[in-house]
Amino acid sequence: MSGAPETAPPAVRCRIGGLGLLGPGLSGWAASEPVLAGAAPWQEAAPVVPPPALLAPAERRRASLVVRLALAAAGEAAAASGLAPGMLDTLFASSNGDGAVVGAILDALATPGGDVSPTLFHNSVHNAAAGYWGIGAGSMRPSVSLGCHDDTFPLGLLQAATQVAAWGRPVLFCAYDAPLTPPLEACRPTAVPFAAAMLLLPEAQSGARATLALRHRPAAPATEARPRSALRAALEEANPAARALPLLEALAARQPAHLAWALLDGMGLEAELAPC
Amino acid sequence: MTLHPFFPPVTLSALTAVSAMGVGLAATRAALQARRSGLAPAAPEDGLPGTWIGRVAGLDTVMLPAPLARFTCRNNRLAELALQSDGFAEAVQAACERHGAERIGVVLGTSTSGIAETEATYRRRAAGETALPADFDFAGTHDLFSLARYVRARLGLRGPALTLSTACTSGARSFLEGAALLRTGQCDAVVVGGVDTVCRMTLQGFNALALLAQGPTRPCAADRGGISIGEAGSFALLQRVKDAPDAPLALLGAGASSDGHHMSSPHPEGLGAVAAMRAALDSAGLAPEQIDYVNLHGTGTRANDAMEDRAVSHLFGAAVPCSSTKGWSGHTLGASGALEAAIAAICVEAGLVPGCLGVETPDPEFRADIATANRQAPVRRVLSNSFGFGGSNCSLIIGHA
Repeated sequence: MSGAPETAPPAVRCRIGGLGLLGPGLSGWAASEPVLAGAAPWQEAAPVVPPPALLAPAERRRASLVVRLALAAAGEAAAASGLAPGMLDTLFASSNGDGAVVGAILDALATPGGDVSPTLFHNSVHNAAAGYWGIGAGSMRPSVSLGCHDDTFPLGLLQAATQVAAWGRPVLFCAYDAPLTPPLEACRPTAVPFAAAMLLLPEAQSGARATLALRHRPAAPATEARPRSALRAALEEANPAARALPLLEALAARQPAHLAWALLDGMGLEAELAPC
Repeated sequence: MTLHPFFPPVTLSALTAVSAMGVGLAATRAALQARRSGLAPAAPEDGLPGTWIGRVAGLDTVMLPAPLARFTCRNNRLAELALQSDGFAEAVQAACERHGAERIGVVLGTSTSGIAETEATYRRRAAGETALPADFDFAGTHDLFSLARYVRARLGLRGPALTLSTACTSGARSFLEGAALLRTGQCDAVVVGGVDTVCRMTLQGFNALALLAQGPTRPCAADRGGISIGEAGSFALLQRVKDAPDAPLALLGAGASSDGHHMSSPHPEGLGAVAAMRAALDSAGLAPEQIDYVNLHGTGTRANDAMEDRAVSHLFGAAVPCSSTKGWSGHTLGASGALEAAIAAICVEAGLVPGCLGVETPDPEFRADIATANRQAPVRRVLSNSFGFGGSNCSLIIGHA
């Protein structure tokens, strides 16, 4: 046990601006807001992942499903913010990265004489989506990519908010994941594609939708008393990025909310959300 | 000390590095001073005749503590060896006792985590079997988060832990993200750094891109022929200056940028590299002439080194000596920024500008002052570059606190 005095941990604070979303039965934030607010029923339907409008045809052809998924959500959130996409710092969070590409390389390596495709190799980096975003948005702004298994959404949100609070600049945060291919899929089940993006803004910035205060805790939070929505029950364990859903539902409801995520190894993340 | 409102310096309260150059800072420093490379010819089973690799010897015998055995893979063995070196784990323990385990974060970079374990698991399947054996622990080894989880658990920490993966800038970028955790008051100390280990995916991937050198890599040589892959684990403990007033070294500034140009080729004029270096200088409130040595990304590829020379000479002219230390370590990918931060610290403490290994005269097209022999000189501040696939760039400035 540490000898340090017990003090309340400081919260990291930011605001939430434009939003983006793509998942089963959730075709964009604007179309999904009534569903997330509970005002319209959720109907499961495979998401249609559009070709990235930002990219030139050559890059558009090279961009995989995962990259297109991430860019669709990130693009929607940036467009809704009214800020130039090329001027935004970005944080891309994904547990699996491009698991289909990594799987194809592993298959090739396990085949005698199997050659690794150079295009597959450069698309295998975890920051591939960030790279295509930078090319498409013409951005030279800093970008970071992280992968934290089941905690990828809550920890990505925490670090994106940390960047906003530390450096006083907006950060476009995008969490995304797509199913792996066999045989890796059996080791890391991811049933559906899902991506959520949000523009996080410094506290003083106007035009935001809500304020957010986050605290990392060295303990798992208490279990939720309220039953989950049908949407959450269906998707939350089906994709690590779908752990965004409690926050997205609270944003759609435009009500103050206390949110908590249980994290791996007995940690937790708590959030206070308040509409602006 | 440089005090700047944008980036208050953070101390490097503890530091360690393990690579083919040696285990620990003293061995790394001795290799630099003796101009002794850690690179060796690839093993026959690598299937890459003529290429050289910077492997860390003896990793297979490094054991993880029994309660954390599920994290066993080459990458975490290398992390463990680095934690045991230079009194690093003990220094973190002291910070833990002072601040509390929940006040210390972990932000680490890797490009491939434990994927060598996955490769071996694919190979040990029975003929005709596609499913992976049930004992394969995806989350404990293959997953990127395995690295940060292992290090946090091994050090008994309870603060936030993250694994970053921005290709070859991962290790450098961890310093910037760790500094953000300190600046927002969420942590009183952060373990940052990077660990990457040699795997077939990396070797065959760079081979497919025709970027591997025949013979040891010779960054900045006119006839340079590409990369030698290496592996490294390197950590730093970042703290606020007020919490570690006696620490001799500090991260004085850091900057990042994106090329927004191409997935695997750098911007030919190095615009992204210039932006990252300029951001690092601005964050530290430093002018280019206040830098005494630039540790180049210097991978030894034709494109990287030419681009980097243009970018560096654009900012520094020929006034600041530059070199790449990848002739010693190989390109340690997601660990390279962290390893080279440790090398930068050694250069400050030793007053050393290490000249590129195996290079008699630098590329005559280059305009920067490329050191090809070791120089003894006062080195107060080092700027260290890292660039990666996806157009990711990060520059760190390390100097006296």
